[in-house]
Amino acid sequence: MADNPMSQFQIKRYVELDVYGIDASFTNSSLFMVTAVIVVVGFLNVAMTSRSLVPTRLQSIAELSYEFIAGMLRDNVGKEGIKYLPLVFSLFMFILSCNMLGLLPYSFTVTSHIAVTFALAAFVITTVTVIGFLRHGLGYVKLFAPEGVPAVLLLLIVPIEIVSYLFRPISLSVRLFANMMAGHIMLKVFAGFIVSLGVYGFVPLVATVAFTALEVLVAFLQAFIFSVLTCIYLNDAVNMHEH
Amino acid sequence: MDSEAAKFIGAGMASFALIGAGLSIGNIFSSYLTGALRNPSAAPGQFTTLLIGFALAEATGLFGLLVALIMLFG
Repeated sequence: MADNPMSQFQIKRYVELDVYGIDASFTNSSLFMVTAVIVVVGFLNVAMTSRSLVPTRLQSIAELSYEFIAGMLRDNVGKEGIKYLPLVFSLFMFILSCNMLGLLPYSFTVTSHIAVTFALAAFVITTVTVIGFLRHGLGYVKLFAPEGVPAVLLLLIVPIEIVSYLFRPISLSVRLFANMMAGHIMLKVFAGFIVSLGVYGFVPLVATVAFTALEVLVAFLQAFIFSVLTCIYLNDAVNMHEH
Repeated sequence: MDSEAAKFIGAGMASFALIGAGLSIGNIFSSYLTGALRNPSAAPGQFTTLLIGFALAEATGLFGLLVALIMLFG
């Protein structure tokens, strides 16, 4: 596994499972997704067992993360947005724990596969579109025609808006996947230099440690950006052009 | 030139998209710093906007990287 920096993304089947011709095997990817869910649910349960008025350290981490997402929804979507807290909060915690678990040596980064991130992004966009049509009916298509634009320009604006709307799931998923993948390839390439440089290997070793710190930042930032953009898309669906 | 070599050259050219991403990310953060040093009290309110701009600018470069990866490994 040492040489190729791409081998860390290899999917390994642990339990072969074939459901009517669809490969539904339990893979290392599934294992880390399950681990991420267990980590999040376990952490929140353990942290909130005491439920004291003066929070313990663990409880205040849980409250901080809740308040973080709630504040994000209030700022970007407004009062109506707090209804969608379960969606954004679970997205954020799941992506954050997947990214963080991927930073452990010899582990597998679930979010470095576009199949996973695109499924998340497609789910978000589908939900947002359904919410938009439920709230505004067919008037939701007015999202593609901003108010106050001259009729001649609409011929140009409407196709652009439609294309940009359709590109949302792609950019949302590619951003997360490419960031995680590029970061992990960079870490592995630099880690390879440690051995091949011999005595001078301490230089890439220091660089790898520094890059790992940077990757922790990126892991958090990408989870944050994914949820902020979800909030912005939700805002489009809930309030349309109102504010 | 055989197709294998052309593939590698194409992948290298596709990653030129990252030049734009690098320039734009640097531009966003430098503009933010310039603004923040002139009016530090308004800076925290724009931090989320900064990160959104960073993410949008980065995504366009990453499309190029994705094309390069598809050429190399797809």
